[in-house]
Amino acid sequence: MEAAKPSFTIAPQRSRLLEVLNLRNLDPILLFASIGLIAFSVFTLASSTQHEIAADSNYFVVRQALYGVLGIVLMIAVSRIDYTRLRELRVGIYAFMVGSIAFVFLVGTAVRGSNRWIEFPLFQFQPSELAKVLLCVSLAAFIYERLRRPFGIRTTLWLLAVGLLPAALVFLQPDLGTGIVLVAIALTILFVSGIPWQHFAAIVAAGALLAGGVYLAGSAVGVQFLHGYQEDRLTAFLHPSEDPQDASYQVTQSKIAIGSGEVSGRGDDATQTELLFLPERHTDFIYAVIGERFGFTGAALVILLYALLFWRGLRVMRISTSFYGVMIAGGIVAMLAFQAIVNVGMNLGLMPVTGITLPLISYGGSSVLGTFLALGLLQAIHAQSRAHSFRSY
Amino acid sequence: MYLLDRPEDIPPRLTNRLNLRIAILGAVVVAAIATVLLRLWSLQILDGQHYRAMAKDHGILDVRVHPPRGEILDRSGRVLVENRTVMTLQLRPSDLPSDKSERRRELAKLGDLLGLSQPEIHQRVRATPQYAGYPVVLKQGLDRRLLFYFLENKESFPGVSVDRTYVRRYPDGSLAAHVLGQVGQISPHQLTRPQYKTLRPGDVIGQAGVEYTYDKFLRGTAGAERIQVDALGRPRGTLGHRPPQAGDNLRLTLDSGVQETGETALRDKGLPGAFVAMNVHTGAILGMGSYPTFDPSFYTRPHTKAQYDAFGNQPGDPLVDRADQGGYPTGSAFKPITATAALQDGLITPSTIFDDTGSLDIGGLVVHNAGGAANGPIDMSTALQVSSDVYFFNLGLHASASGNGGQIQDWAFKYGLGRKPQIDVPDATAGLIPTPAWRNRVFHSHKNPYIDRPWNQGDNVNLAVGQGDVMVTPLQLARAYAALANGGALVRPHVGGSIVNIRGQTVRKIHPAPQRHLRISSETRNVILEGLHRAADEPGGTSYAVMGSFPIPVAGKTGTAERQGQEDQSWYSVIAPYPNPQIVVTVTVERGGFGAETAAPMARAILERYFNQHGGGVDTAAAHAAGPG
Repeated sequence: MEAAKPSFTIAPQRSRLLEVLNLRNLDPILLFASIGLIAFSVFTLASSTQHEIAADSNYFVVRQALYGVLGIVLMIAVSRIDYTRLRELRVGIYAFMVGSIAFVFLVGTAVRGSNRWIEFPLFQFQPSELAKVLLCVSLAAFIYERLRRPFGIRTTLWLLAVGLLPAALVFLQPDLGTGIVLVAIALTILFVSGIPWQHFAAIVAAGALLAGGVYLAGSAVGVQFLHGYQEDRLTAFLHPSEDPQDASYQVTQSKIAIGSGEVSGRGDDATQTELLFLPERHTDFIYAVIGERFGFTGAALVILLYALLFWRGLRVMRISTSFYGVMIAGGIVAMLAFQAIVNVGMNLGLMPVTGITLPLISYGGSSVLGTFLALGLLQAIHAQSRAHSFRSY
Repeated sequence: MYLLDRPEDIPPRLTNRLNLRIAILGAVVVAAIATVLLRLWSLQILDGQHYRAMAKDHGILDVRVHPPRGEILDRSGRVLVENRTVMTLQLRPSDLPSDKSERRRELAKLGDLLGLSQPEIHQRVRATPQYAGYPVVLKQGLDRRLLFYFLENKESFPGVSVDRTYVRRYPDGSLAAHVLGQVGQISPHQLTRPQYKTLRPGDVIGQAGVEYTYDKFLRGTAGAERIQVDALGRPRGTLGHRPPQAGDNLRLTLDSGVQETGETALRDKGLPGAFVAMNVHTGAILGMGSYPTFDPSFYTRPHTKAQYDAFGNQPGDPLVDRADQGGYPTGSAFKPITATAALQDGLITPSTIFDDTGSLDIGGLVVHNAGGAANGPIDMSTALQVSSDVYFFNLGLHASASGNGGQIQDWAFKYGLGRKPQIDVPDATAGLIPTPAWRNRVFHSHKNPYIDRPWNQGDNVNLAVGQGDVMVTPLQLARAYAALANGGALVRPHVGGSIVNIRGQTVRKIHPAPQRHLRISSETRNVILEGLHRAADEPGGTSYAVMGSFPIPVAGKTGTAERQGQEDQSWYSVIAPYPNPQIVVTVTVERGGFGAETAAPMARAILERYFNQHGGGVDTAAAHAAGPG
């Protein structure tokens, strides 16, 4: 905690509580956006999921609120960590991450045909949610170690392999959505780390060629690389249908829900939600619930909160006193922005249905806690850069 | 190449390269957020109303509420057809689970509960027209146990609904079954007709009898219930309700007593036949029945197509209404028509005498009276009394010899024979009055093996006594006798009396005007009626044995028609009281033999019942009908 010390000496007049909570060094706007989003989530669930579970009308609300409180505590705790020391644990973190993803193959609980969960005595845990953050921390560390050495194509390839291994494992679970998020995180960190333009362009081009080639070659010889439902979901938004099990039906219902919200929302007349036309109302399609119930006002407010979050995340990158922090922050911004944009895009019928949740808004303990963990890291980077800048003045 | 010189110790120099890359990352995020916001704007602000309308239409189900159908009553208000409510289990095959094994499981469960085998269910589904969500009735009259089971477990039976439906009930069993007809689901073909344009698949309409003719009154108006349903089709409350309007009641002209007497007489005889009892002035039918008959409640239960077909193809054709669809040669019962033609067209006068020697030579072919009797010199009245064939053969010859030779046919047509009788029961047949043109055409077409030669004089001689190709229904003959009795009005027979709404007010009276008035002089009428009266009331008359003892004077004519390949057709047509008649009764019995033997006693029983109920029966209508012509 070497780096955190200066704040004690510089602001002795601050109350003990603020010091313990490290609030002095947190980014208040980032904090506001995070708490605003989780609060909006609880509010939405409270007003729209009363009839979901007959025996316990507050089932989702109570749990999401609890996850929110736990998450905020976790975030504040993490913000006090000297994140730079995580570098030293990079091999352990990376091994733990890969191991936990592999672990679900062995003992994971199948949810709708795919293994994503580890069952604990009191709760289930989805390792891939934690993996997103751990990938940021460990990949940034691996890159950081290489920074002082000559940076050639072999380095790029090595880092690429390190970055894409967890994604590959997650694809096999199979969890298409999380896998894509992990790829986005890895590529963004590589991009931010400053690898040569040519390398980056080559990676992107190779990736596109590979994905397309594998898919086409697979179809040609009759091998399916995507599961049937994954392919359906990815292509469904091109051809709408009436089958409620069908992805394009979901998108159609989602668009009707959002569109019907108009400017101020339909409140308790939100029939798309209330009459269950909308699928996955508390998770993947919660944005459509917001759009219908609170209209453009509510839906745009959520976007605005995310905009604040991303802006502060990018700003953390700029003010970070450590290049390690820059790369972690880059990965975290990529992780949050990618999930938010893809999920909202899916709700709006702009993007295929991939099963990516909306950070802090979608119901789910693993997702909420994983996101707050990431936000805690952002705050830690922010706090240390402030401490540094105080010292330098 | 080095990315940084001393990464640990120095704060990252915001080199141009890092600045640029953070800026690019930021630009991507900004662009994405802008895209999302634009899309949100487009969906919610620009197209919001469109989507709001879609959402509001979503999950709204308009359920048709069937009205109770009007009741059908006899002339005194006795209920002949009423309604019974039953809980009906219906299946809409289009709403069954799309997954094959789920569908099979649901149908298996249904079969267990209803006691239906899988083939039976499939048969029923196939037997129902499949389009636009046509419901298949699987079970009518669910008991309480099953009813509550299905209501409680609605969600595990997608496509199944339990509804309160109205089913026809016939308190008197098969009484007047042919006249009443039956109801059934409207067919896809019927839906395209203009008179059914407000109806929907699954609605019930009259398919035969007066149920068909007076359907628009009986049917009522369907109500509607607007129900909000969720994505799984579960009702979530009622948004609106328009109650159905019950159909009006139909009061018939039928007299249950007369109807029952006629049907009983036919049933006791056990031979196929029919009767018609009709008011001679108004055409109001008092009784009209056909034997064998059927149980109309068959149509209130769900059946497979094979069962329907089997029901329609029973031996003796019970679904055929012989009273208005059974065309037979009438034998001597035709003679009043021949007599009218001869007298009105001046072939003879009432006092013209023919010497009945018992036989007549027509161009080499000798024809005889039935039984070979010789009646000596007789006039028209006596010829009718004793039913002299020779006298009428002569008229047939005269008709043939005088110019166009079509007098008998012309008068038969005027009397409504060979033409549709314009009754308010559907599908009455026209019968056949043979003409030279008709016979020659059929002969030259070689389509009918029985028509094996062109028309000749013998055909007219045959027609004069109701033999040969002639085909007349009991209804047509009764109508012709009524025209003779009432002085020439060719009434429109009708069983519908009035339409009465549920508050008991008469909204429409049914008394169709006569189709036309025949020019029959009172002399002609009186001569013929006198002959018929003497046939019934004077010794030597053909029906004296049966009607001679009847307390009310009548005028009746027997008919005994030869038919190819079977025993004679027995006819009796009688009008009463003589000479101011109110009622005509016509009875025919297939293979019944002599008219006086089989048909006449049945007619007498019907008249007895009629006059017992009407207290000796001379009412004002009869008194004022005395003087026409």
